[in-house]
Amino acid sequence: MRRLWWKIVDTSGAAISLTVMIELKDVTRRFGTAVALDRISLTIEEGSFTSLLGPSGCGKSTTLRIIAGLDQPSEGDVVFAGRSVTGMTAAERNIAMVFQSYALYPHMTVRQNITLPLAMREMSRWERMVLLDRLLPSARRKSAALADKVHAVAAMLHIEALLDRKPNALSGGQKQRAAVARALVRDPVAFLLDEPLSNLDAALRVQMRSELTDLHRRTGRTFIYVTHDQSEAMSMSDRIAVIMQGRIVQVGRPPEIYEQPATREVAAFIGDHPINFLEVRAAAGPLPPPFDAFALDGAEAGRRIVVGLRPEGLRPAADGALIGRIERLEYLGSQAVATVALGGGYSVRAVLPTESGVAAVGEAVRLGFDAGRVHLFDAGSGERLAAGLVPLASGAVRPARRTTR
Amino acid sequence: MTRRLPPRVAAALTDTALVAPATLAMLVLIFLPVLIVAVLSFTDYQFGAETFRWIRFENYADLLTDRIGRRAVVNTLIYVGIVMPAATLLALLVALGLHGMARRTPGLAGVLRTSYFMPVAATIVAMATVWQMLLHPSIGLVNQSLVAVGLSAQPWLSDRGLVLYTLTVIGIWETVGYNMVLFLAGLAAIPAHLYDAAEVDGARDGWARFWTVTWPLLGPTTLFVLVITATRAFRVFETVATLTRGGPAFASDTLVYAMYREGFVYFKAGYSSAITMVFFACVLLLTLVQFRVLNRWVHYR
Repeated sequence: MRRLWWKIVDTSGAAISLTVMIELKDVTRRFGTAVALDRISLTIEEGSFTSLLGPSGCGKSTTLRIIAGLDQPSEGDVVFAGRSVTGMTAAERNIAMVFQSYALYPHMTVRQNITLPLAMREMSRWERMVLLDRLLPSARRKSAALADKVHAVAAMLHIEALLDRKPNALSGGQKQRAAVARALVRDPVAFLLDEPLSNLDAALRVQMRSELTDLHRRTGRTFIYVTHDQSEAMSMSDRIAVIMQGRIVQVGRPPEIYEQPATREVAAFIGDHPINFLEVRAAAGPLPPPFDAFALDGAEAGRRIVVGLRPEGLRPAADGALIGRIERLEYLGSQAVATVALGGGYSVRAVLPTESGVAAVGEAVRLGFDAGRVHLFDAGSGERLAAGLVPLASGAVRPARRTTR
Repeated sequence: MTRRLPPRVAAALTDTALVAPATLAMLVLIFLPVLIVAVLSFTDYQFGAETFRWIRFENYADLLTDRIGRRAVVNTLIYVGIVMPAATLLALLVALGLHGMARRTPGLAGVLRTSYFMPVAATIVAMATVWQMLLHPSIGLVNQSLVAVGLSAQPWLSDRGLVLYTLTVIGIWETVGYNMVLFLAGLAAIPAHLYDAAEVDGARDGWARFWTVTWPLLGPTTLFVLVITATRAFRVFETVATLTRGGPAFASDTLVYAMYREGFVYFKAGYSSAITMVFFACVLLLTLVQFRVLNRWVHYR
C-alpha cells in the first residue's frame, strides 16, 4: 500500500517541488463593518501539519478560505513559495480541500467525484463531454490513465467497493473518505481540511484522526487543518495557531501551547480538563490563602493575578499546599475528577488516580502541585506573566489549616 | 360497555373516512365527466339534441384529416414546440442573472423579479388587450417603433404566416416569469459549498462551474419547468380567443380554441369531446414522462 502511494506521487513528476511555504502577511478580512480577521500573519512550513484552532466564529475558517482562494483578504497578502497569490482563484493556486460537509457532487458516483479534479485539469472541455468522451481517442486514452490514479487512491482509503455508488448511498464515514480521496488524487500545493471530522461519530473520529496523520506522514505534504476541537489539534499537528476573535494569539508546537499558554483564554481552551483559575492579589511576602505556602516572584505587590492550575497537575500529597474537602466526584474509570472546595470561596477541579481506591464525597484532601507548572496571568489583560510561584522554605509553611465546618 | 374494534379495523375505518370525501369529489367532478366526454367522443351528439348515433372513430378521423382540424393540431404542436424550449431557456437565463444580481444589488434584482413575474399575476385577458393595442397595425407601439428605426410595419395579428408566431411570443412572455421563479427556487437550493468544491477542483470560470454544478443540480427543476410549460402551452386559449379568434382563416386556431368553438359555438358536443380527448391524451403523456423521469433524476436529492 505504501509503495503504491509513492508511485502516485512519483509518476506525477514535480510532486516534491510543488510543496511550498505558505505565508499570510497582515491579512485583514472585513465583512461590512465587522472585522473577521485582524492583521493575521502566519508562516506555514512546507510539509508541516498545521492546525488553525479556535472556538467557533473566531475566523479560522475564513483564514482557511483565504489561503484556499475561495475568499480574498480586504488587506494583506497571501504568499505561496515567495510569490504573492492574492487575487488568484482556488483553481489557479492548485490547492486541495476537504469540506466539513464533504461537498461531494450528488449527481456523480464516487468514481466520478474523485476523477473530476483530474479531468478538469488534464482533459479539454470536449474530452469531458458526455458521449463525446467515448468517441474521442485522446479522451479514451486519458481517462484510462486517470482511472489508474483513481483506483490507487481509492485503494489507499479502502473505498474501492464504493466507487460506483452515489454519495447519497454512503454513510458519513464513507463520504468522508470519498472527500479525502478527491483531495488526494491530484498533486496540490497543500491540503486544506475544514473541520473534516466534525460530522462523524466519536469512535470514527478517533480512527480518522490517526488515518489522517498517517496520510500526512506518508505523503509528506503540507496539511492545514481547521478545527475547534483542541484534542484533535493537539494529537495531530506539528504546529498549532490558536485564533481567537480574529487574531492569532499563539503559534507553537502542541507542548508549547499546553505548557506555555500565551493568554488566559488559550489556557482555558487547551487541555482535556478545563483549567482552574484562582484570582489572588500579589503580596510582598507569602500570598493570601490558599497559596499561603508560596511567594510570588516577578510581579509587583498589589497586582491582581490569576493562577492557572491544570486539574491533571494536581495530585493528592501528604504535604500538599491546597487543603480542602471533596464536593463532587465524577468517576471515569482510570481516573476521577473531583471538585474540591478550598475555603475562602475557592474551589478547584482535580484529576485523582483511582488505582489506590477512590476518595468519597465529603472527605478532606490535600493537593500538591509542581510550582514550575503553574500558569500566571494578569487578571485584567489575561496576558501570561513572566512571574512564578516560589515555595516558601518548609519551615515557613504554616500548619495545615483545618477546614472547620 | 362498548366493545372496542380491533386496532387494525379501526385504523382502516379511520383511513377510509379521511380519504372518502376527496375521493368522492374527484370521482364525481373529474373521473365521471372524463368518462362521459370519452363516451361522447364516439357519437355525433349535439347539445340539445334528443338522440345521437354511434359513429365510432369518425370524430377523431375528422380531426386528423379535415383541413381545419389538422390545422388546430399542427398549430398547437408548433406553439408548444416553440414556447416550451424558449420560455424555459429564457427563464433559466433570467434566473441565473437575477440570482447573481441578488448578491450585489438586491434592490434592483427585486424590482426586476417583480416585473418578470407581473404577467403571471395579471389577468391574461386584460393583458391580451394591452398586447392588442401594442400590436395595432398603424397606431401600435411596436409598429411605430419599427417605423421609427426605419423598418416596415408588420400586420402582426392579421397576417396568416405571422399570427401564430406573434402568439408564441406573447405565450413566452406570459410564461417566463413563472418559470423564472421555479428556477430561482432551484438555484437557491444548490448548496454554496458545491461551488467552492468545484472551484477547488479546477473549475476556473463561471462556465465550467455552471456545467459542473448548476446544470446537473438544476436537472429536476429544468424537467419540471419543461413539463409545466408544455402543459400550459397546450392549454393556450385566452390570447387566441381575445386577440385572433383562431383567425385569420384558422391560421391561429389551436386545440382548446377549436374545442370551445365546436362545442359552445356550433354545439357539436361529439366532435368537441373528441378534441378534448386528444388534448387530454397529450397532457397525460407529458405528465407520465415527467413522473417517469423525475423519479429517476430526483433520486439523488
